Order: sequence, then structure tokens, then C-alpha cells
Amino acid sequence: MSVVDPIITLLPPLLVIPFIIFFGERRKNLREASILIAASLLFIANIFLYQQFLAGQILQSETLILFNGLKLFLKAEPIGIIFGLLASFLWIVTTIYSIGYMRGHHEKNQTRFYTCFAIAIACVMAAAYSGNLLTLFIAYEAITISTFPLVTHAGNAKAKRAGRIYIGVLMGGSIFLLLPAIIVTWWMTGTTDFTAGGVFNEVTISPLLVTILLCLMVFGTGKAALMPFHVWLPNAMVAPTPVSALLHAVAVVKTGVFLIIKIVVYIFGLDLITKTNASEILIFFAAGTILLSSFIAMKKDNLKARLAYSTISQLAYITLAALIANARAIEGAVLHIVSHAFGKITLFFCAGAIMVAAHKTLISELAGLGKKMPYTFAAFFIAAISIIGLPPLIGVLSKLVIVEGIIESEYYWLIGVLTLSSLLNIAYLLPIPFSAFFKEHDSLNKNEAIKEAPITCLIAISITTLTCIILFFQTDPIMNLLALIKFL
Amino acid sequence: MFFNIHFTVLLIVLPLMAAPICVILRKPKPAWLVAIIANFFVVLFSISLLNHILDGNVVRYELGGWAAPTGIEYYIDAINAILLCVVSVISLLTLIYSKQSIRKEIAEPRHYLFYAGWLLCLTGLLGILITGDAFNVFVFLEISSLSMYMLIALGRERRQALMAAFRYLILGSIGASFILLGIGFLYAATGTLNMSDISERLALIDESRSVIVGFSFITLGLLIKTAMFPLFSWLPNAYQFAPSAVSAFLAGTATKVSLYVLLRFFYQIFGADYSFGNLLLGYVLLPLAIIGFFVMSVVAVFQTDIRRMLAYSSIAQVGYIVTAISMATHQGLTAGIIHIINHAFIKTALFISIGCIIYRYGTARIDDLGGIIKSMPWTCAAFIIAGLSLIGVPLTAGFVSKWHLITAAINSGWWIVVIMILMSSLMAIIYIGRVIEVFCFKDVSSTTQSDSHISVKEAPLSMLLPLWMLIIISVYTGINGDSVVDLAKLAATQLLENLPSVNNSLSIRGRL
Repeated sequence: MSVVDPIITLLPPLLVIPFIIFFGERRKNLREASILIAASLLFIANIFLYQQFLAGQILQSETLILFNGLKLFLKAEPIGIIFGLLASFLWIVTTIYSIGYMRGHHEKNQTRFYTCFAIAIACVMAAAYSGNLLTLFIAYEAITISTFPLVTHAGNAKAKRAGRIYIGVLMGGSIFLLLPAIIVTWWMTGTTDFTAGGVFNEVTISPLLVTILLCLMVFGTGKAALMPFHVWLPNAMVAPTPVSALLHAVAVVKTGVFLIIKIVVYIFGLDLITKTNASEILIFFAAGTILLSSFIAMKKDNLKARLAYSTISQLAYITLAALIANARAIEGAVLHIVSHAFGKITLFFCAGAIMVAAHKTLISELAGLGKKMPYTFAAFFIAAISIIGLPPLIGVLSKLVIVEGIIESEYYWLIGVLTLSSLLNIAYLLPIPFSAFFKEHDSLNKNEAIKEAPITCLIAISITTLTCIILFFQTDPIMNLLALIKFL
Repeated sequence: MFFNIHFTVLLIVLPLMAAPICVILRKPKPAWLVAIIANFFVVLFSISLLNHILDGNVVRYELGGWAAPTGIEYYIDAINAILLCVVSVISLLTLIYSKQSIRKEIAEPRHYLFYAGWLLCLTGLLGILITGDAFNVFVFLEISSLSMYMLIALGRERRQALMAAFRYLILGSIGASFILLGIGFLYAATGTLNMSDISERLALIDESRSVIVGFSFITLGLLIKTAMFPLFSWLPNAYQFAPSAVSAFLAGTATKVSLYVLLRFFYQIFGADYSFGNLLLGYVLLPLAIIGFFVMSVVAVFQTDIRRMLAYSSIAQVGYIVTAISMATHQGLTAGIIHIINHAFIKTALFISIGCIIYRYGTARIDDLGGIIKSMPWTCAAFIIAGLSLIGVPLTAGFVSKWHLITAAINSGWWIVVIMILMSSLMAIIYIGRVIEVFCFKDVSSTTQSDSHISVKEAPLSMLLPLWMLIIISVYTGINGDSVVDLAKLAATQLLENLPSVNNSLSIRGRL
């Protein structure tokens, strides 16, 4: 058996940075072409890892020993491969989209934007393939730092304030809560490696301590946006839309829930959590987040803010499923990472397209726009249905699997929560395309020349929308991987 | 590596002799060259010495050919060999940096005095570290302090610099006299000044008031010298108004050397059992240290001058180190030593980068430095890396320190201390983050001195080079943490043992 190094996934996004800086603003086309090439290479690298993994190879990198036996290394496992594939595929799409968006919107400092974006993607890859909790923690922090310039991209007072909240909540939470939990774990077990069945098998640990550690880790993972640690996400919406789309609907927030899934499966182990009932309090928090943020979303008139609260609600689904801690629910959680990613990125793309083409950010201004921008709003409609969870879109599958997991663990009241939340989803998402298509509004200036969004934006939107549909019929690749997760 | 027993004494004699040569030469350039050469050899000697000490050896060197209890001897084990290296390397790098920086801060006719003072200060610091004689510690302490007062007084803002130096002089003298008094009492109780001898004879004395009084005087004096929490008032002004090279040197070495004396006295001369077991020193130091690092981190957040902010941060770091030391466990001691080493490099790098900024912009007020990353990218990058290291971000030296500090506290069962350390780390994020935000994101045009911003270039290479050397050191020790951790563990093990007797045959001996 030869060993394939997952570090190859870090190379494309890092190596493209000199090209981005070198081409700069003067040769925009070359700059963006180089990013597209890097993104494609990254996706190919991920597919390669996927195939190697299915072929039974061990995919592990060299270890870097820090001190006292603390080490950093990358190792591929099914959940990480899915996450890596997802993020790298969406990087391609987002790059296509941002070409149209950034130019259409005449954003400044585009080189800095693309550079930070590439660094963030590299960090996401490191997170996806991290072999132990410390590596994941470092990648997690690096993502926070590298996306900070993207949040404050606009450079005005509002963006700076958002940036401060962003850094404060994410880094503060992770250093104050997550890091101590990691240190305690290491202190008790002498390892932070992701191990099938958890690392606490050898030591005796009281149920109270398990609960405390789990709470520290889950709340400390600010990126998972579990209330009350969600405030950074709506604030971060001041970032340019491609950032909101890829990072704050997919890469960044999904790193958070990915971390939670990883600690549940590989640090604590499902057995320990179910045996000690450690996750019970957190399940209440997650259920509360699902409903509360849906209610808040209904109140928001700003389109991106509404989508942000919708994201918080959907992330709580994943956290909830992970905390239920049975094999089926974990599969549901991973599947929901994928399904929500495609749905939400489409919605954000549409929001950005509306912003570029019509310069509208408020939902109340969108009435009647559907005739001017039919493709955008059609895509919005389809993606919304996927988020709500109706067939034939991927969203329904993940929700179904999560519900199966819930039934298996006999938390029947949670089914009610999920049903109510789906109804709320309908209430806050569907009125947007409906009013765009069917309402005539006076305030909309009919003479105003509003055209469809730039062509690259439409291409990106149609790719993600189609994927939502295709994945409903073609779930085998994901399911095959999910079956390989080692729970024990 | 080549080693000669006489390196031990050359470490002290070389800079001591070079200082008057600087005065004789009277020209800035030759004086600088003499200082650099002397310092370079000091670095070589100390590295060679450290190399020699690594396998657990102990070096004793009798001065003047007088055998130890009667004469003065130099005593070197792991802890002071490490610090000799740290101090001499930092001195060399800041000295390289000082050549350009003092041009704008000190009038040219005084340059040779600056270098002479510097060398004397270095002599003093190395002397404190190397000597095995309690009274000799006081002598070197005075040499380093007096020359330090003079160096601080050379600062750019003359009036404030003089005040700062005067303030330091008053408090520093009080501290030094307390130490002298304490040593006097010890001498009265034991009849000897040799460290090994004192510790041996103290063990034989059951209850002695003069030992307790001596202990108290020394503790108080050292707390002033280390700028522990309530006794820190000399430090912020001294760091802010001294010439930038002096600030950097002072921040990296002066308090660290005093901390070494503290370690040596509490752990070996009095013995950990006596200091922390009988006299409950931990109960005195720990609350002060915790309040210190917490309050000082908060105070640092509200500073408008970056140098002053870093000064308060330094006091906070002393708090961390003393917290670790007062655990009186091997792990705690290891954590403390690691942080002494790492923080020395980090803080020096931070002060040098601020010095580069002052060199170009003439100010260290945060509000005036918006967007300077565009004109000084290398300096700002160094500041950011060192700042992250100060916070304790993974893959930097600061992370190694914080990790050990926290695990040591957990092991001692001090959960509240863990929480306080984490809270204070959050403060560090705020005060460093605030500066980084201004450097990177604030508009250049919004600053008051927008005219002078246009022509500003990156700092000269001779300033950037030492800066980046320090950054490389602190990143290397972050990634290959074991390099420092192993040294610190060895030092901690030795500190927890008794000082070997003067006549111990295992040590490597030399005499002049």
C-alpha cells in the first residue's frame, strides 16, 4: 500500500497566491483564469483522494511534532473527504460567480480579496483533512484570521465593527472555551488524534466532566453559530456576497459543524455520549436555536440578513443531529452539510445577483422583479424548496435521514421541532420569489432598466441549482463514503 | 563545539574591557564596531557554554585563584547558561539595530557613551547570571542598573526620559538596597556569601529570625526589580521614554535576569521547601501575580502609545511567569522558564518593530499610525507575527508557553487560575488586535500627519535584519517547541535539586 499525502490539497490554493498578486489589477483576466485553474486542480485533487480512499489506501501526511509529543498531521477520513469535495467544488463555482459580481459591483481591492479567499480555502482544506483535534483547531483559527480582511472588505465603519465582532466572538470563543477543552482532553488522554470510537476509552471519566467538555467544545466552536454565539454571522453579512455565499454559508460555518461532528464521532465516541447523556442540555440549545432563528429570520427585511438567520437555523439542524449521536443521525448531519451548502449558496448567489443587477437589498423592494430577472428568481425558488425540504431536491433527503436518527434515539419531540421549523422555512423563504413573480408594486420604477444578472453569475447559479436536483437522484457517491465512517 | 574553561570569565571581562575602549575611541562608528565584536564573542562563548552544560554538567570557575567559600566563584548550570545565551543574543541583535535607530534619537557626540553604557549594562546582566556568589549578585546588579539609568536618560523626549530614569533610579536603588540588606542578614546568619555554602548552612539552621528577615528583604527587593504587580511603577515610563533600542534590550533582558535571581534564591539558596512550604511564599506571590497579569492586561487595552501598551503587557507577562513559578512544581517551573525565554524574544521583537516605526514616523501613538502597512509592510508583518505570538496563537512560541502554563495550572488543580489566564489572553487579543486593525485597515488620510506619510519608506535593512532574526527565532521555537521545552525541563530539574556543594567533584572546574 502506497501512502498518498492529503497535503496535496493545500498546494493549489497556496501556489496560486503568487500568481494572483503578480497579475494583480492590471491583468484581471489572467488573475481570474489562474484562480479557476487552481480551483479545478483542487477539485481534481480531492476526487483523487476520494478514489484512493475508496480503493482502501491510507491517506496520511508526515507528522510535525511540536513539543511534548503534541503533533500536527493530516489524515483523510470519509467526513473530511465529503467536506473537502464540497468546498473545492463550490470554490470553482464561486470563482465563476465572483468574476461577474466583483466587476459588476466595481469592488475595490479585488486582488486582496482573491488572495485572502485562496488562503481561506487552503485553511478549509487543512481543516477537512486534519488528523487530530489540534490540527483542526489551528486550521480553524487560521480560517478566522484569513477571512477577517474579507469581512472588513468594504472598509467603512460598519464593516470594521462587524470585523471586530467577527474576530471577538470566533477567536474569543475558541480560545476561551474550545482550547481549554482540548488541553484537558490532551491532559487526560495524552492524545488528540481522531480515533474511531473516541479517545476516552482508556481513562475513567465522570459523566459531569464529559458534559462540561462537550459543552465547552460545542459552544467554543463559534463558527457553528449555536445561540448565543451566533451574533457574528448576521454581522458578517457586510462582506461581499461571494464571501457570504462560499464562506459564511459553506466553508466557514461548515467548518464549525464539521468540527462538532468530528469531536462527537472521533474524540468522545458515540457510545460515551449516549451512555452519559452528555448532550442533553445542548440538544435543547440546538432545538431552541432552530426555532428562534427562524422566527428572527421572518422579521428581517434585509435579504442577506434573512438568509443569515436561516443559515443559523440550518446549522443548528446539523449540530442537533450530531449531538443525537447515533450512526444514522451522524450520516444525516453530514448529508445536511452537503444539501444545505448547495441550497444556501444558491440563495446567496441570487441575493448577490439581485444586488448587482437591481441594486436592491431589501425584500420589500423585490416585488415584481421576477419578470425582469426570471432565471435568478426561478433558481431562488428551487433552492428555497430544497432548504424547506421538499422533493425532488436534495434537502428532503438529509432532513429525512436526520429524522430517522431522531426516531432511533427516541427524541420524538424533536420531530415536532423540525416540522415546525420547516413550516417556518416556507413562511420566510417562499414569499420572496412569489412576490417577485406575482406582485405588481408601485414603488418599483417600471422605466428603470433592470436587466438579468451578469452571465457568469447566472452560470454559477444554474450549476448549484442543478446540483440540488441531481444530488437527489445520485446520492450513491456520498452514501458510499458515509457507509465507511468508522464509529467504533 | 570548541570549549575552553576560561570562556566563563571572558564572558564578563570582554564587555567590561570593551566599554572603556569605546570611551577612548570617542567616535560613533569605531565604538559601535568594538561593541559589536565584543558582543559577538560573548554570544559565541555563551553558546559554547550552553552546549557544554546540556548533558547535566555544572561549571565552577574560581576567580583570582581563591578557592570557593573564601573567594568568588562563577557557577553555571542549565538555567543560567540558557539565560546567558538569551541575553547575549538579544543584546547583539538590538546592538545591530541600534546603529541606525539612535541616529535620530541621540545626539552624535553622545553615541560613544551610549555604546559604553550598553556594554557595561550587558556586563552587569551577564554577571548577575553567571556568578555563584550572593554579594557579587548585588555588585553586578548595581553595574547593570546604573548604566541602565544612564541609557534611559538618553531618550528622545529629554524631559520625560530624565524623569523616567530618575524614577527608575529611586525605585531601583531601593530594590537593590533591600537585596543588599537581605544578603547582609543571610551573611549574619550563615557567615558565608557563596550560594552553595549559604544553602548548605541554611539547611542546618532550624528557626532563625534573621533568615526570615533576610528572606523578606530579598523578596521585596526582587519584586521591585522584576516589576511585579504593585511595584511596577518605574517600568512603563522607562520603557516608553528610553531610546527604542534600550527599550527593546531592557524589555527582553532586565526583568528576566531579576526573575532568574528570584528563581535561584527561592528554589536553591533557601530551597523550595523552605520558601514555598514553610514561609508560604506562594500565597504571597500567586494573588499578586494573578491580579498583576489580569489588571495589567486590562490597563494595556486603554493605552494610546504603543510602547506604553507593550510595557504594561510586559508587567502582565511577569505575572504569568511568577504564577508559574509559585506553583513550585516541576511543571510549573518548566512553564515559567519557557515563558521567560519566549517572552524575551517576543517582547524584544515587538519593541524593535515599534522602534522602526518611530524611526520613520517619529511617533508611536496608535491614532497616528493608520494604514502604515502599505508603507512599511515588513515591519508591520513582524509586529503582527510577534503580536500573535504574544497572544499565544498556535505555531508561535507564545503557544508553547501558554500551553505549558495552562497544563501546569490544571495539574496543580488551579482551575480559577486557568480561567484567569484565558481571560487575560482575550485581553491580549484586544490590545494587539487594536493595533493590527489600525496598521492594516485605518485610512492613511485620516491621520494627522498625512503629509509626512507620502514619502515614508520601509525601515533600513540594518534594522529589519535583527527584527526578522528575532521573529525567525520565535517562530522556530514555536514549531519545534521541544528545542526550548527540553532545555527548560533540564533547568527545572536542576533548580528543584539542592545546589551541589562547593567541593563537589562532579563539576567542571577552572581557575584564573
